[in-house]
Amino acid sequence: MPTDAAIETQGLLKHFGSTRAVDGIDLLVQRGSIYGVLGPNGAGKTTAVRMLATLLPADGGEARVLGHDLAREPRRIRELISLTGQFASVDEDLSASENLVLLARLLGYSRAAARTRSESLLGAFGLAEAANRQAKQFSGGMRRRLDIAASLVCRPQLLFLDEPTTGLDPRSRNQVWDIVRTLAAAGTTVLLTTQYLEEADQLADRIAVIDHGRVIAEGTSEQLKSRVGSSVLKLRFRTVADRQRAAALLDLEPESSAQADPDPRMLVVQLPASSQATPLLTRLAAANIEASEFSLGQPSLDEVFFALTGQPATAEDNDVGEAA
Amino acid sequence: MSADGHRIDSAEDDALRAVLDTPDHVRTRGALANTLSFAWRALLKIKHTPEQLFDILVTPIMFTVIFTYLFGGALAGSTGDYLQFLLPGMLAQTVVFTTIYTGFTLNGDIGKGVYDRFRSMPIWPPAPIVGAMVGDLMRYTISSLIVIIVGLLMGYRPPAGIPGVIGAVLLLNVFALGIGWIFTTIGLLVRSASTVMTLSWLALMPLTFASNIYVDPATMPAWLQAFVRINPVALLVTAIRGLMNGNVTLAQLGWAVFAPAVIATVCAPLTMWLYRRKR
Repeated sequence: MPTDAAIETQGLLKHFGSTRAVDGIDLLVQRGSIYGVLGPNGAGKTTAVRMLATLLPADGGEARVLGHDLAREPRRIRELISLTGQFASVDEDLSASENLVLLARLLGYSRAAARTRSESLLGAFGLAEAANRQAKQFSGGMRRRLDIAASLVCRPQLLFLDEPTTGLDPRSRNQVWDIVRTLAAAGTTVLLTTQYLEEADQLADRIAVIDHGRVIAEGTSEQLKSRVGSSVLKLRFRTVADRQRAAALLDLEPESSAQADPDPRMLVVQLPASSQATPLLTRLAAANIEASEFSLGQPSLDEVFFALTGQPATAEDNDVGEAA
Repeated sequence: MSADGHRIDSAEDDALRAVLDTPDHVRTRGALANTLSFAWRALLKIKHTPEQLFDILVTPIMFTVIFTYLFGGALAGSTGDYLQFLLPGMLAQTVVFTTIYTGFTLNGDIGKGVYDRFRSMPIWPPAPIVGAMVGDLMRYTISSLIVIIVGLLMGYRPPAGIPGVIGAVLLLNVFALGIGWIFTTIGLLVRSASTVMTLSWLALMPLTFASNIYVDPATMPAWLQAFVRINPVALLVTAIRGLMNGNVTLAQLGWAVFAPAVIATVCAPLTMWLYRRKR
């Protein structure tokens, strides 16, 4: 049943021993879109990406990538995709330009064309001056840009980015975001995994939230936020009694936010929009309940998970799959 | 655009659009072209960390000098005569020891993220490993040449002249390429590079010392002679001596490459199977 989707999976399954790393995942990623896979460490994001990028055979389920069957036509798929893994996916002993020339030669460029391609990629990613330095001397942000440049030696129809901004400073993170947006605007489908709701919200057209190898929520950023609340107001009171009064006044179940934050004087309120923070504070002031501190922001991954599952996100050892 | 950090400026943005505006067509290449690209990668690594050549430069010099002057007088009456006997064997020993690096390097290399990239590319799957082994031929040739130069300086004269020496170096490379597959297998099977080293030495020690490298096996006990007769390293040394002395037989050459051929036949598919299963 060929479709126009970039990725289509049904019941994708992978287990390592008794651990079900990916436990029946259904995904539908439209061509030309940015798709975000959001989840904590050990949720199965990397394993799912490794299967879709033909590195790991699936133990069950079906998947088509760019119209090709994952189990039967991995080689066809490899001609159309690029993978930027979670850890440095360039050779750190080689210089930036040697890395790109090597990949270009492997992908059919002549010697001269490989050199030209490498130079224009390094220029486009702001790495021209570092061309002849070994990748291991690069900063985190530079290395990430080189990682992504390495995935664009031939323009892929589908690019996998596994946690592209984990460990990056805000400036480098913004650069990576700009690159992803430009890629998508040029028509490349991007599947990225992330631990940050903000990142998925900023970039992705659709988001799948996964936990314990299963998709626990799927939809656009708007749909997700309507379930989770787009903003989180954190209030801290002087006494536990003040906090209880505030919770009663705002008609909140005290237990729910108590679980989200262990501090007994802290109240976490999910809001459908940030504009609703002010009326809420006004109501508290009118009732003479004074908050000693408050902050307004997007929900963290923990809070998303709390809202979706009623349980905090559980971080597990992400290396389960690596060792098997 | 917010002010909370530096954005890629618009010139770079245009450049980015321009590099994306290329034909997205991958032209897949053959196994040989892929292998040669990876051999080039291996040579680049040597270029960037030339100190890794230190071992293969110094060890052969040390061994040749020490063994010649230590045993020469006692075993052959004079160091000059002993060197004529020993040098082809030293050549074999040096190259056999150098093959360990194949497994050692692969073990360190394979865990790196770049292998994920290689495996997601439309290339001949064994190319990263075969290419590294082809790159290693450079090491074998360098260490052979060093032993030969040291030998020449110490007074060794190859009876079969330059053709004999070239033949010997070629045979050594064929042998090393074949037995290298044992070490790629070990390199993929065990977790740490130091274990690869230990296991490989354990395998190579009896093969090199219980051989005809240092002494004529005629004085050995019968059981040891029996072992030397089937020891692949001893068979190699016999052929190398034959080549350098100009009296090699076809049978000697055949026996020298027999073990490497068997090892490659068994261990190459095993290596690839382990490689596919890795991670």
